[in-house]
Amino acid sequence: MTGTTLRSLGLVIATAILLQLGSARAHAEEVKVTIDNFTFSPAELKLKVGDTITWTNHDDIPHTVVSAGKFRSKTMDTDNTFSFTFTSAGDYKYFCSLHPHMTGMIKVE
Amino acid sequence: MSDHDHNHNDDERGPSRRRVLECMTWAGTGVLWTITGGVPHSLGLVDAANAAEPAGMTFLQISDSHVGFDKPANPNALGTLEEAINKINAMPKKPSFMIHTGDITHLSKAAEFDNADRIISQAKLDVHYVPGEHDFLDEEIKFYKERYGKGTRGPGYYSFDANGVHFVGLVNVVDLKAGGLGNLGAEQLAWLADDLKGKSKSTPVVVFAHIPLWTVYPEWGWGTEDGGRALEMLKGFGSVTVLNGHIHQVMQKVEGAVTFHTARSTAFPQPAPGTAPSPGPMKVEDAKLRSMLGIASVNFKQNDHKLAIIDTPLAG
Repeated sequence: MTGTTLRSLGLVIATAILLQLGSARAHAEEVKVTIDNFTFSPAELKLKVGDTITWTNHDDIPHTVVSAGKFRSKTMDTDNTFSFTFTSAGDYKYFCSLHPHMTGMIKVE
Repeated sequence: MSDHDHNHNDDERGPSRRRVLECMTWAGTGVLWTITGGVPHSLGLVDAANAAEPAGMTFLQISDSHVGFDKPANPNALGTLEEAINKINAMPKKPSFMIHTGDITHLSKAAEFDNADRIISQAKLDVHYVPGEHDFLDEEIKFYKERYGKGTRGPGYYSFDANGVHFVGLVNVVDLKAGGLGNLGAEQLAWLADDLKGKSKSTPVVVFAHIPLWTVYPEWGWGTEDGGRALEMLKGFGSVTVLNGHIHQVMQKVEGAVTFHTARSTAFPQPAPGTAPSPGPMKVEDAKLRSMLGIASVNFKQNDHKLAIIDTPLAG
């Protein structure tokens, strides 16, 4: 019981720290990545914790964005979008699970 | 449909006998060409109706119907699928059955599957399906499996026999890895090894899957990462035909006893490798569209072991 409570408390503190980190910057950035001709553009980005990317598919073919264990969009048909906010630092390699030769990289610090 | 035909004559000739393969392609009203030992010969103009009058077993391949696609490259993919089925119904000899090499639908919607089935069933033929990546897009990946997964393994692979030919339907559109190509996976490869075990090397084998099992153009993902391992298992068989879709154009090569062939889409054409910025749907003049869509018919003659593939566009 005590263990569970402590863990929960730990989680609350961790979340609080994260939130503080996120709010440390006045404005988290909203960044756009487009998909044209089976290519993510820009293919590489450097972001800060708290920033959000919105992917938009401009192709006539559906695509996805998948970063193993981190995020997975639904299938995006033409002009559909998917957004993800990066709450922790790290390298996020991602790809289109339908067309795996399409790859991208987000470095979050 | 399954006709287990033991041709002892065939066994006596042994697997080393070179199978002669003829491939015929129509362009418009009937330029016929044939490949014998990998060398194409033009046979000049023929009467299309004569060329369509085969002896032996004939089956059909349709592919990439993308039902639900409504973009400029073809605003009515369901309509061109129906034209393809009408073409099949008009054939002078009814084929034994049909294979569909995937991308039945564009977005895996239940209504798209239903519409596809409503049209394809008008051919009144048994249809053996394998999925394309566009058929596994629903959240639970259940619509394809509910309809076509019965009696298959894993994501939907299986085999069957017809007229002495062994057919293997493979799935290479799941669990794709970042940066990679199509994927069969260890489990399916183990199943394939087991499936082929004990088969006489003189048994003609037809392998069909959505993405080409051979490397057509890796820059566009047109190939299968571990396709080579499947082909390795087929070495020694006297006649192997590999039928794929995915690239929406006819492409063919012959390597020893193995013939690779990709079928046209019934929905929209895609560019030849490297000729466009991407493999996306290619918009052509309306008048030209139907010459770039079509079906393939494959004829197997029991006695002379010829698998002849005829690609027929929806219009010349």
